[in-house]
Amino acid sequence: MRWMDEFAREELAKGLIDRIHRLAQRLGRPITIMEVCGTHTVALFRHGVRAALPKNLRMISGPGCPVCVTPNEEIDTAIEMALKPDVILVTFGDMVRVPGSRKSLADARIEGADIRVVYSPLEALDIARANPERQIVFLGVGFETTAPTIGATINQAASEELANFSVFSAHKLVPPAMRALVLSGEVGVDGFMLPGHVCTVIGARPFEFLADEFGIPGMVTGFQPLDLLQGIAMLLDQIANDRHRIEIEYTRIVSREGNRQAQAILEKVFTPGDASWRGFGLLPSSGLHLSPTYSQFDAKRRIEVKIPPPVEHRGCRCDAVIRGALEPEECRLFRKVCTPEYPIGPCMVSSEGTCAAHFKYGEAQHPHPIEPPLEVKP
Amino acid sequence: MCLAIPGKVIEIRGSRALLEFGGTRREVSIELMPDIGVGEYGIVHAGFVLERLNEEDAGEMLAALEKMEALDALDG
Ligand code: SF4
Repeated sequence: MRWMDEFAREELAKGLIDRIHRLAQRLGRPITIMEVCGTHTVALFRHGVRAALPKNLRMISGPGCPVCVTPNEEIDTAIEMALKPDVILVTFGDMVRVPGSRKSLADARIEGADIRVVYSPLEALDIARANPERQIVFLGVGFETTAPTIGATINQAASEELANFSVFSAHKLVPPAMRALVLSGEVGVDGFMLPGHVCTVIGARPFEFLADEFGIPGMVTGFQPLDLLQGIAMLLDQIANDRHRIEIEYTRIVSREGNRQAQAILEKVFTPGDASWRGFGLLPSSGLHLSPTYSQFDAKRRIEVKIPPPVEHRGCRCDAVIRGALEPEECRLFRKVCTPEYPIGPCMVSSEGTCAAHFKYGEAQHPHPIEPPLEVKP
Repeated sequence: MCLAIPGKVIEIRGSRALLEFGGTRREVSIELMPDIGVGEYGIVHAGFVLERLNEEDAGEMLAALEKMEALDALDG
């Protein structure tokens, strides 16, 4: 898509919306598209895309928010680590308010834990250099987009032989979760809007199984209004013509192969291993553990903590929301008890959580009660 | 959380580079995109350049981001 003025952009948007409506009408049945990226979830609302879609086209959010899919067990462990007197826990801002079984990192901070928020994991190395007598633990949460930045940071720590730095790797890989989602058959999806920046790193190829094995088309999509509309139009075009391929709308950044250098860092520093997800439980090869060469940077080995058995937030349906099986409005606590100010579950804490997005933008655009979930496709 | 923003490479210092993001400058790592050059544009996530992009596309993205910031300001 080229640099263009406001008018040209609006004309193009109108044309795309028109095309989406024509294709949806031609299909004449309920269509469900799932986006698997919290940034898409928010962008679809805030740019008014959801409101412009035809009635028989439903957008649902899948497991696209890294903070939301982090299970209580991992949050509780990080909190226990942070409470150790010699530890400084460093993480991204999104994690701090997320409630674990009994408290959040923000609560631990009130109890005296030293918790620092950074924009880049490299800043954790500065903290480590400045505090040689303390243990610096970086809580690494994120998908394939973020993991290489943390991998490169670990690599840097290794080359500097930083002895007081380690990483609690809670990273998750998106394709295995999507496989689990499709295999469960819980939610019928006609097409996937695939995460643009995850694919910047790993390329579109790791998602091809969706089309090849399950016959579901996918579209790697960017984040601007025209990207979103174009992505949806291209997906509908596939669905209407009974094609199923993994295509790329976000070609200005994403290739089929992805960023080889970033993949090389991932392979060097991490080994895929089992990981536990909110909403899915334990999924094989869906997380990143530190590879044996880097095990001295593994916080789970370095900092010993014991946590009581994790407990879930009472009444919170985040697990089902994450799988796209439930709309936030269907949770009894939504808006009544659970709000961004007093969040019960992580889907309301993270700004990219599905519940937070529905809270902020939902009412104005979807004043009608939600339609019943669609039948699962055979 | 997977937000990435475009910036222009002003200067390269080893594995770091100074990038300009619509007015503000910030030093980021180019370890994941080592062959990016001065004058090129890259998208940045968590302090690392993740991929390069051409000038027109970067301009598009920056314009959209500015519009979003204006919206945020209205939201309060
Ligand atoms: S509205 Fe709150 S309690 Fe309900 S699922 Fe979302 S985060 Fe959990």
